[in-house]
Amino acid sequence: MCLGVPMRLLEIGEDGHAVAESDGLRLDVDVSLIEDPRPGDHVIVHAGFAIERLDAHEAEARLAMFDRLAQIAAEGTATGPV
Amino acid sequence: MRYSDGFRQPAAAEALVRMLHERMAVARSRRGAIAVMEVCGTHTMAVGRHGLRRRLPEGLRLISGPGCPVCVTDAGYIQTAIELAESGLGIATFGDLLQVPTAGGDSLAACRARGGRVQVCYSPLDALRAAAAEPGREWVLLAIGFETTIAPVLATLQRAHDAGLGGLSALVAFKRVLPAMEAVLADGRTAIDGFLCPPHVSTVIGAAAYRTIAERHGRPCVVAGFEPLDILAALVALVELVAEGRAEVRNEYARVVKEEGNPRAQRLIEEWLEPCAARWRGLGELPNSGYRLREDRARYDAERRYGVTVRTGRDAPGCRCGDVIAGRMDPPQCPLFRRMCTPDSPVGPCMVSSEGSCAAWFKYERAEAAAPG
Repeated sequence: MCLGVPMRLLEIGEDGHAVAESDGLRLDVDVSLIEDPRPGDHVIVHAGFAIERLDAHEAEARLAMFDRLAQIAAEGTATGPV
Repeated sequence: MRYSDGFRQPAAAEALVRMLHERMAVARSRRGAIAVMEVCGTHTMAVGRHGLRRRLPEGLRLISGPGCPVCVTDAGYIQTAIELAESGLGIATFGDLLQVPTAGGDSLAACRARGGRVQVCYSPLDALRAAAAEPGREWVLLAIGFETTIAPVLATLQRAHDAGLGGLSALVAFKRVLPAMEAVLADGRTAIDGFLCPPHVSTVIGAAAYRTIAERHGRPCVVAGFEPLDILAALVALVELVAEGRAEVRNEYARVVKEEGNPRAQRLIEEWLEPCAARWRGLGELPNSGYRLREDRARYDAERRYGVTVRTGRDAPGCRCGDVIAGRMDPPQCPLFRRMCTPDSPVGPCMVSSEGSCAAWFKYERAEAAAPG
């Protein structure tokens, strides 16, 4: 339906143009759908457009939860609600 | 370590699979089997790619829904696009549409081979660049897709408008996700207990948009990312909600999806489009399930500009993509699957598209289809 790739904004140019990067790949990206884009922001890119900014706090909380789950699995015990 | 690695940790997946089995045991005792529809074709691909179907607990069935933009596009659309190309217009298309066969076996790829000016684009901006680079030829962007792709297409038409570039228009076949979800529920031939909701459509429309599905139809909706841990965690949440009879909306992709969605994208949709009835392969004509360009934007509407009308097309003989799209059958239940219909010789769009469930099942799934719901 709509693949979206997380990328990091490197440069914000004129008129909604920007350069983004992911795993060493640089791409011209249109950021006109994003409020106040800034270099260093992580965004989701679909069809050459940044469609949303990634919330770093939510991403870290999510990753921390999965890290905890991995730890628990290593200790071999199930756990409560996600 | 790559960003996505954290969302693919095998040990965490094992813990989530165990939790899913525990939750499903409770659900089975309370209400029996559970059928969840993953609306989005990219979820179907991710489930296949990461081998998740084989790890599902007994009684939990994943059904692929009408969320592949190429698959749901009416067969007549490709025919009209070919006619426009053969009239000398430039056609800019996303790659997936290139190989989709018409009932007569033609395709945009074959049209290009005959000399039609058909160009594949990764972004709608590529169509803008093609039109700017070739002022002597008018270009038509094949504008299919759901809300995620609608916003970039409209932002591109806005750029053409602002630049006074008249040589670009769009053959619009936009789709709205909520009416399709309501249609598969109304169809009733497939039992659906809950929805795994598409992450990037939700980025545009917002998680709150699914409240109508939860409140009006009593089905829980969980927005999930495409990573395996996201999908597993969302399934744990969904099975819990179904088991407890709680028709709620849960946003398990909060790192991207906001409650109210993307206001800029929504503003563009309001300024450029108005809802209209749309034809869906497998679901027929659904009221308010599509968008057309507003009257004041008619010059960007290829149908009005070139006096063409997308006629209802016929599916290839024996093709059951319609039933697969509507969740009425799994791909292996189609008599053509893996026999006449393969990625090398696709009969229908579900085998062509990179988000088609037949393509996913062909590539990743070995298990036989479950009995119909």
